[in-house]
Parts: sequence; structure tokens; C-alpha cells
Amino acid sequence: MLDTLILSRIQFATNISFHILFPTISIALAWIIVFFKLRYDQTNNPVWMRAYRFWVKVFALTFALGVVSGITMSFQFGTNWPGYMAQVGNIAGPLLGYEVLTAFFLEATFLGIMLFGIKRVPSKVHTFSAFVVAVGTTLSAFWIIALNSWMQTPAGFEMRDGIAYPESWMDIIFNASFPYRLTHMLLASGLTTAFFVAGISAYRILKGDPKRAPRLALKTGLILAAVFIPVQMFVGDLHGQNTLEHQPQKIAAMEGAWKTENGAPLVLFAIPDGKEKTNHFEIAIPKMASLILTHDLHGEVKGIEEFPGDHPPVAPVFFAFRIMVGMGLLMLVVAWGSCYLLLRRKSLPRWALKTLVAMTFSGWVATLAGWYVTEIGRQPWLVTGVLKTADAVTQIPPAHVGLSLTLYLIVYAILLFAYIHTLKVMALKSVKVEEFETAEPLAGGSLTNLPDSTQKHPGGDSQ
Amino acid sequence: MSESASAATYWLPVIFIGLMGLAVFIYAVLDGYDLGVGILLPLGEQEEQQRDLMIASIGPFWDANETWLVLAIGLLLIAFPIAYNQVLMHLYLPAAIMLIGLIMRGVAFDFRTKAAVNHKLAWDRTFKAGSLTTSLAQGYMLGLYVMGFRPGWEAQFFSALSALGVTAAYSYMGSAWLILKAESDLQKRATRWARRAGRATLVGVIAVSAINPLVNPSVFDRWFTYPLVMFVLLVPTLCFLAFIFNDFLLARIPKTNDRHSALPFATVVLIFLMCFIGLAFSFYPDIVPGEINIWQAASANASLQFILVGAVIVIPIILVYTVFSYRVFRGKATDLRYH
Repeated sequence: MLDTLILSRIQFATNISFHILFPTISIALAWIIVFFKLRYDQTNNPVWMRAYRFWVKVFALTFALGVVSGITMSFQFGTNWPGYMAQVGNIAGPLLGYEVLTAFFLEATFLGIMLFGIKRVPSKVHTFSAFVVAVGTTLSAFWIIALNSWMQTPAGFEMRDGIAYPESWMDIIFNASFPYRLTHMLLASGLTTAFFVAGISAYRILKGDPKRAPRLALKTGLILAAVFIPVQMFVGDLHGQNTLEHQPQKIAAMEGAWKTENGAPLVLFAIPDGKEKTNHFEIAIPKMASLILTHDLHGEVKGIEEFPGDHPPVAPVFFAFRIMVGMGLLMLVVAWGSCYLLLRRKSLPRWALKTLVAMTFSGWVATLAGWYVTEIGRQPWLVTGVLKTADAVTQIPPAHVGLSLTLYLIVYAILLFAYIHTLKVMALKSVKVEEFETAEPLAGGSLTNLPDSTQKHPGGDSQ
Repeated sequence: MSESASAATYWLPVIFIGLMGLAVFIYAVLDGYDLGVGILLPLGEQEEQQRDLMIASIGPFWDANETWLVLAIGLLLIAFPIAYNQVLMHLYLPAAIMLIGLIMRGVAFDFRTKAAVNHKLAWDRTFKAGSLTTSLAQGYMLGLYVMGFRPGWEAQFFSALSALGVTAAYSYMGSAWLILKAESDLQKRATRWARRAGRATLVGVIAVSAINPLVNPSVFDRWFTYPLVMFVLLVPTLCFLAFIFNDFLLARIPKTNDRHSALPFATVVLIFLMCFIGLAFSFYPDIVPGEINIWQAASANASLQFILVGAVIVIPIILVYTVFSYRVFRGKATDLRYH
């Protein structure tokens, strides 16, 4: 029988994994939409408007899934992890509070205007609303990453009677791992969205969409991907160095390094064995790990043996890290290859389009794998050195947690299927939509009389 | 402890319970109307146009409305972490069910227009079911809270009653919103819904108000202490008069030129306010009734001061742009379109 701790951990992982899928897309997609709208405002070329219209619908759907799965998160801490709020609530509370106050309301309110207000406000105000939504999504990432980073590398507080009290909010927010993690995550969002936009646009083109809008979006996505991926690799390396300094046991698990070595090898593949504390079927490049991590062939890489009883489980961290890096390399090849083809031939061959369709959700895989590395890599701590995960869990009977977990799993499975299916339906629908949809909307589309609709439809009652 | 520090220790929790009360009240009004619209959604084959319009009337707002719930729960978490833990531990299952209801209705809203056309009705059903689940769960949790989380069938019965009462109240709010935002047939229909929901809500409010002081002696003492009783009884009196007034008003709506179509909504807001004041008066300063008061549950002063600075600056701004958004979408609801 599973106990409350493991069930709560699975439930939290389920909720946050499902949740992060959608903000990862909406953070960067919001900016891409602002870009489309700005280009339309500048050029007055209807093709930008068409690109905007399609993607704003995708954004609305993605955002809604992010909002509702995010509400769940705000209850999770209390329902399953009461020890968390009791011990570090003085720190976590205000950071979450600022996220709600400065980001959530901004996004949600201006989203209404952005989605449905285009005819009700001047174009500039509408573009501004889209901009504010984008600012909101990014601010939201800022606060939540600040909190997560504080849990990884806590600073700026003091403990009194087992409870954390804030000392310096600047130190708390701008803690050691924060700038790296924030940059890494924003770039992850950029990459995920770039492949998402490119993949769906490629799908539309494959399905015979002759319009310019999907080609424009495809190009936008590919250029973004090609630019972001090397930057991401660079930032990822910096993030790794930072982790080596502050959480060496996480790096040891990522590298599958059981023993401390000077000139440690880079393990490409292995099956880590937690009982025997060794790797099976190891394939490694000598001295490479030291070179990458310490930028010195003979640098010291600390192994798991240095942290008895205070290290994460090796296998999941080890594999998740390889999935993330592998996906990153694949992204590099696909993004640069596609850009090269686009430059040479002006349009992509079918096999390249199919590859991009296959890569539509590659960013999700890489992002989730990356988060598993950093979150599992923090174990057994919930807040490094301050609070252990096992000490924060609720007293609720396992049956209750099991029931709620089952409900969430069913709902999330249905929603994920519905989301992907609906994206497909939307893409197919847009293939059939006339090129001229930028003309006046059909009369009779409006059910009632409104100031702006009365101008368009003289048949309506006047105000 | 210096004098100013002890003053802060006294006042900060008071300020935060006030802010939290404000957030809960705004949430109940705003999400109240959009949950209500969801509960009332007719599911007949022929009623698709009405459904579209009803959902269009809440389209630009529902996201922001639900954010008030996140703020309310967030303020509880920030300012009173111990109470947050206690309350959510007691409400584990109903909270999980409410969250699933919220998820279902939130996504149904977007899927209904974007999924394949033949799935639209299924998503409308989901929207209605999700709204109903959310309302029932919230009412049930309110009931458990008022009963101080005590076990036993009496508490269960009271909570079930409260679940129905809150659902009726949200329907009342939703139908009043539709009277404001709809025209012709739908407006007439909403008026009929409002009269029925209003009467059901009145029964619910009376039942809850009668049972609450009977089972909570401290609540009884608080309300029926002379001479305060003369003053505080204004609250239920006003509430009752508002119900009667609205019932008469609804019998005359729609009026020519759509006069007074906002009045039922305003009256329901007044009723919500009175009920809210009544509940707050019953329990303040306890945050978990009979167990923990706001000073025992409060976080560190430094944390509260840090967030208060932000709240004082940001909440007025939120209110300003919320009003701006309602002004942009003022007038009767039209078909939702992205362009």
C-alpha cells in the first residue's frame, strides 16, 4: 500500500507537470502574438492579422488550461504539504502573493480585452492589452521561479524556533540560482513555443493550406528556435556550474558519478544502481565531465559518496538529464537544418515538414525532463538544508489522497487528449478558411445591438 | 517588544483579514454570477443560441473572476499560514472536487467553440456540470467551516443545506446578471429564473441564519446581546427587505427601454454583502471558528509588511483596470468573436 507521502508526491508531480505544459507555451506565445499584432499595426498587411487570429485562439485555449490547472496549485500546499507553509510560509507566502497581485490579475483582465475587445477599443489599446498580457505571463514566471530557486538555494532568512523569518527580500528573491533558472526557463518557453508554432504551421501546410500566414508563422518559429537553442545550451551550462557550486549532490546524480574523481569521465549512458552504488553498462568519455563542469581536464567532480544520506535518487535524475540534453541536441539539428533548407529553397520539403510536425511537442518533453532533474535533484529536501520533504507532508489518510490523485489523473488525461485533438481540429479548420476572411465579418454574426455593431449592421436597433 | 512593533502585531492581521474578506466578497459576487450562468445553462438542442449568448456574457470576465479566488486563498496562505493548513486539511476532499469542477468549466468554456462542432453540446454539458459541482462544493465547504469542522450528521446536514443555499444564491446572481446583459426572450427567461432562485435563496439564508446561532452558542451570544442587538439586527432586516423588494421588482421586469435592468443585480450584491457581513460578524476575530484567531495564525510582521506594501499599491490598480474592462464590455452581450 502506498503511503500518504509518496501519494502526495505523485499528486504534486502530476499537478505541476500538467500545469507547466501550458504556461511554458503561453509565456512565449504571448510575445509572439504581440509581435504579429505589432507587425500588422506597422504594415497593415492582412497576413499578419490572419497569423494573429489563428494564434490568439490557440493562446486562449492554452491560457485557460494554464489558469485552471494553476488554481489547483494554490490549494496543494495547504492540502498536502502543511509543513511547508508552517515552516517557510513567511518566505513563500509573499512571493506567491506578489505573483497573484502583479501577474495573475493583469493577465486575466487584459486577456478579456485582448481576446474579445478588438472592435471595442482602439487598435493601439488592443495591442497594448496584448502587450500587458505578455508582461503578466513573464512576471508570473519571475515570481514563481524566485520561489522555486529560493527552495533550491535558500538565502536572506534566519531560522527561529524552526520557522524561517525573512531578513532581506533582495537576497531572498535574487538568490544564487535564481538568474540562471529564470533565464533557462524563459528560454525553454521560447524554444517550446517556437517548435509548437513551427509544428502546427507545418501541419497546416502539409494538409494543403495554400495561405501565407502559416508560412510566416513557420518561419517565425524556426528562426526563434535556431536563435534560442545555442543560447539555451550556453545558459544551461552556466546553470550547471551554478548547481555544482550550490548543490553538488544534484550534479553527482546528473552525471551518475558515485565516487569523487579528478578528471571524471562523462557518462553517456548507464543504468545507475542505487543499491550497489555503481553504474551498469556504462559508456563514458574519459575526463569530459571534469572538462565540462570545471573547465579543466583534471578538475574534481564530487561523487554521491560524499553525501551519505543527503543525496537524491540517482537513476531518475540521471535519465531525465539525458532526455533533456538529447532533446536539446535534436532541436539544434532540426532548427538549424530547417532554417538552412528554408534559406536555400524558400520552402520546406515534405519530409522536413513532417519532422517539424513530429517535433511539435518536443519542448514539453525537454522542459518536463529538465524540471524533473532539478526537482528530484533537490531531494530529500523540500527546501535545501531547511525542510525535508517527508517532514512537510499532511496527516490525511492515504485513501483520500489516492482518491483525489485518481480524479486528477483521469481529468488530466482527458484534457491533454482534448487539447491536442482540438489543436488539430483548429489547424484543419483554418486550412479551409477563405483567404479573404479579413473582409468585414458576415452580417448577422452579431446577435444584438451594440454601439460598434450598429455601425456595421444598419439593421440593428440604435442605442 | 516596542510599542510600534506591538501595534503592528495587532493591526497587521486585522488589515489582512479585511483584505481577505474583500477578496472573498468580490470573488463571491463575480464568480457568483458566472458560476450562476453556468448552473442555469439550458441544454436543449434548440437552445444553442441562448447558450452562446449566456456564455458570451461572461466570456471576457471569467478568467479574472476566478483570480479573486486565487487571491483570497493566497491571502489566507500569506497572512495566516496555520489557518490555511488547518482549513484545507479539513476540506481536503470537497476542495479537490471543487477544483475539478473549476477545471472542467474553465476548459469547457474554451473547448466548446474550438473543438469539433459535434462536441459542442458535450462541452456545454461539462460547463454546466462543472459550474454546479463548484457551487455545491463551495457551499458544502462553507457549511463545514461555519460548523467549525465538527464531525457528525448534524454538521453534514447543515453543510448539505449550505451547499444548496449557495447554489441557489449563485443562480440568483447569475440570472440577475443575465437580466442586465441579455435582451428579449433570454432576458424574460432570466427574470423567471431570478424569481425562483431568489425565493430559494431566501429560504436558504433563513435556514442557515436560524441554525447557525442555535448550534454555535458563541454566535448566539454575539448576536443577541442587548443593546448591540438593536443595531446588528439591521443586517438581517436589510437583507430580508432586499429580497422582498427584488421579488416585486422582478415581477415588473422587463420594463420599457430596459429601465432598471441593472437594479436586480445591484440588489443581489446588497444581499450578498449583508450575508457576508452577518457571517463575518459571527466569527471575527476567529479564523478557524472556535479554534484559532487571526493573531494566533498570523505570519511574521516582516512578511506581512512586505506584502502589504505591494497590496496597497497594486489592489487599487487591479480595481481600476477591472472597472476599465467592464466599461469596455458594457452594454448588452454580443456574440463572442475574436475579431
